[in-house]
Amino acid sequence: MTDKVLMKGNEAFAETAIRAGCGYYFGYPITPQSEIPEYMARELDRRGGAFLQAESELGAVNMAYGAGAAGGSVFISSSSPGIALMQEGLSFLCCAGVPATVLNVSRCGPGIGGIQPGQADYFQATRGGGNGDYHVFVFAPDRLQEAVDLIYEAPLIADRYRNPVMILADGMLGQMMEPIVLPEQRPLIKPADIPAYKPWTVTGKADRGGKRNVVQSLYMQPEDLSRHVEEMYANYTRAEKELARYEADGLEGAEIVFVAFGTTARLCRETIELLGDRGVKAGLIRPVSLWPFPYRAFDEVGPDTKAVVSVELSMGQMMEDVKIGVNGRKPVRLIHRVGGLVPTSVEVMDEAIAILEGI
Amino acid sequence: MKPIFTITEGMLPVSTSYCPGCTHGISHRIVMECLDEAGKLGEAIGVAPIGCSVVSHQFMNVDMLESAHGRAPAVATGIRRVHPDKVIFTYQGDGDLASIGMSEIIHAANRGETFTTFFINNAIYGMTGGQMAPTTLVGQKSTTSPDGRDPGAVGMPMRMSELIASLDGAVYVERVALDTPAHVRQAKKAVAAALEIQEKRLGFTFVEFLSTCPTNWGLTPANALKFVEEKLIPYYPLGVFKTPERKEEAV
Amino acid sequence: MNTKLFFAGSGGQGILLMGQILATAAMREGLEVTFLPSYGPEMRGGTANCTVIVSDSPISCPLIYEADAVAAMNLPSLTKFEALLKPQGKLFTNSSLVSISASRADIEEYKIPANETAISLGDERAANTVMLGAIVARTGFISMDAIMNTLDYAFSGARAKLLPLNQKALLACVN
Repeated sequence: MTDKVLMKGNEAFAETAIRAGCGYYFGYPITPQSEIPEYMARELDRRGGAFLQAESELGAVNMAYGAGAAGGSVFISSSSPGIALMQEGLSFLCCAGVPATVLNVSRCGPGIGGIQPGQADYFQATRGGGNGDYHVFVFAPDRLQEAVDLIYEAPLIADRYRNPVMILADGMLGQMMEPIVLPEQRPLIKPADIPAYKPWTVTGKADRGGKRNVVQSLYMQPEDLSRHVEEMYANYTRAEKELARYEADGLEGAEIVFVAFGTTARLCRETIELLGDRGVKAGLIRPVSLWPFPYRAFDEVGPDTKAVVSVELSMGQMMEDVKIGVNGRKPVRLIHRVGGLVPTSVEVMDEAIAILEGI
Repeated sequence: MKPIFTITEGMLPVSTSYCPGCTHGISHRIVMECLDEAGKLGEAIGVAPIGCSVVSHQFMNVDMLESAHGRAPAVATGIRRVHPDKVIFTYQGDGDLASIGMSEIIHAANRGETFTTFFINNAIYGMTGGQMAPTTLVGQKSTTSPDGRDPGAVGMPMRMSELIASLDGAVYVERVALDTPAHVRQAKKAVAAALEIQEKRLGFTFVEFLSTCPTNWGLTPANALKFVEEKLIPYYPLGVFKTPERKEEAV
Repeated sequence: MNTKLFFAGSGGQGILLMGQILATAAMREGLEVTFLPSYGPEMRGGTANCTVIVSDSPISCPLIYEADAVAAMNLPSLTKFEALLKPQGKLFTNSSLVSISASRADIEEYKIPANETAISLGDERAANTVMLGAIVARTGFISMDAIMNTLDYAFSGARAKLLPLNQKALLACVN
């Protein structure tokens, strides 16, 4: 017996967010993540936080903005089209420097798309669907334990940089079950402790002896806005150094190197075993952070590698970053499925062999 | 000498940037005076909208934040969850509240959120340059209704106080005007009443101000006040639409 | 040891519950396990299936391209998923609802009268547990005791009164 529990992904995400100290959750139902608002409705109020079903994802992200600006540790979740609606708010959160933890249990698109797994929110997550110069920090777990660990860490990162952190999961992770170890409950911050912990928040100026706080994203003077955006990017430059994360396996001597994130990376691991059985050595680069993207991982690709292959449930959105990382040193190819289809590891193997034969 | 008038500490000692004849200055001051007189300036958190008054935090001497167009009630909802004991208000114009933010205001009111919304109705979009608002009167010209508002094409002007008062979550709804000294005094009473009811956490409180926009109306400040009296008030009747004691519409 | 199982039927047949009981039992035994359900817009009556992988080493991929055992709780599941079995894999058909046999000859087929057995025990809804017991008895990758000791996971609270029935159902078709 261990202290492991078997939980559905979405419920594990919700429980972890509570344990991470996120006392405020604003949500709206959308497949495949509706278990999260349901879980929060059952749990959050009785554990000292506050749950509210918002009128829309627009409402939810702006409630998060208000709660976050007022010093609460906030968590919001949705799936692809709902995250699209939240982009306005994410741009505001970034510009105003309001931390939040955001979870996208992504499905396939565009439009309503479908409810099956997809990774075509890569651009939305890493390039941002909102206006202006900003970045959300994006992490993409490939297993439930890693998702739990990242959600637990996310509020700390968000607070440290005063910027939203997004966990990009997919419908498979949200719906699957896997044994996990849940982290300890962090205390929920009390309203009276907010001014000391987050002195920039709006809590009423009496908390600061009459010194007023304003949380804003409007700068009418070009010089002021320019200075503010440059400061935001100094913060992002620091994040690029500190937050870029990846796993690299079997790169030495690999004929072919797969690049994949999330559940697709797990598929590639099985493909690598299958290729090994056929005498083809393959490696894997798995970006854990999608923004900042771990470009330096590609410096480890060795002379034996004939091709770097991005494996994605999209039309090759991440491949653009892979090409930047490879920087012309190797051919970059794509193995992909869209529409909610997921290839088998055998199919990926067959396509990988075809790529090697074509080079 | 004994001072007979002092400027409220709720207003920062700067000139507002609003146009001559605009009544934002009056409604700002009324809200701040009421908070000051209630001893709540230090406890207040205000949410500015998109519109001319996005810069209201440059004049209102309380903690404030800017919200996206129409989202102020959602933002205030989030603040209330974190701070059950503070005084929270939104200050929103008619394009912000009645058009792009209709969903947020209706749902916040229906939930009975315990913050106060101050609604500035001047029947036009101000900051963007005089376009038609949901509250623009029939026949009233704007840059996007150059021949005057045609209700056959865009519907009738929306009466927000009446709409809000129809929701069970709203406990205090009053429409006031800023065109005469008597109306200004009544407006201040309405604001004080709304904030007092907010203190009791009975539900949603809402004060609509019939206001001016001389610049975009193309009128002098004096004629703009006449426009309020002769055009706006007849279509948007003043009065208390709901109080905790008297929830039925009564005008 | 790495066993890949696939359970298929229609919504309401308890397909996902079978998989969850098995996954929980495997976790309690200290084994690695993944449970991956299909999900769709229907709440009832649509197709339902799930994949359970049980292993004594970390599981790279929760998706499978071939299965060691397939449970087909209705006819569409048999015709659609018998191809998923690897050669010499084990097919369990619910013979109460499926009257035909598999089209493949390179597999072992077991016909389990799951619904009839459950009805004879008093409640047709226990057909999934009958099938689960039949599979565990004929594959042996996990002990029957481990499953038996996990039934309380599924049948607790308001459903605790169904526990004795399901304990019987689990052992009803093990021979």
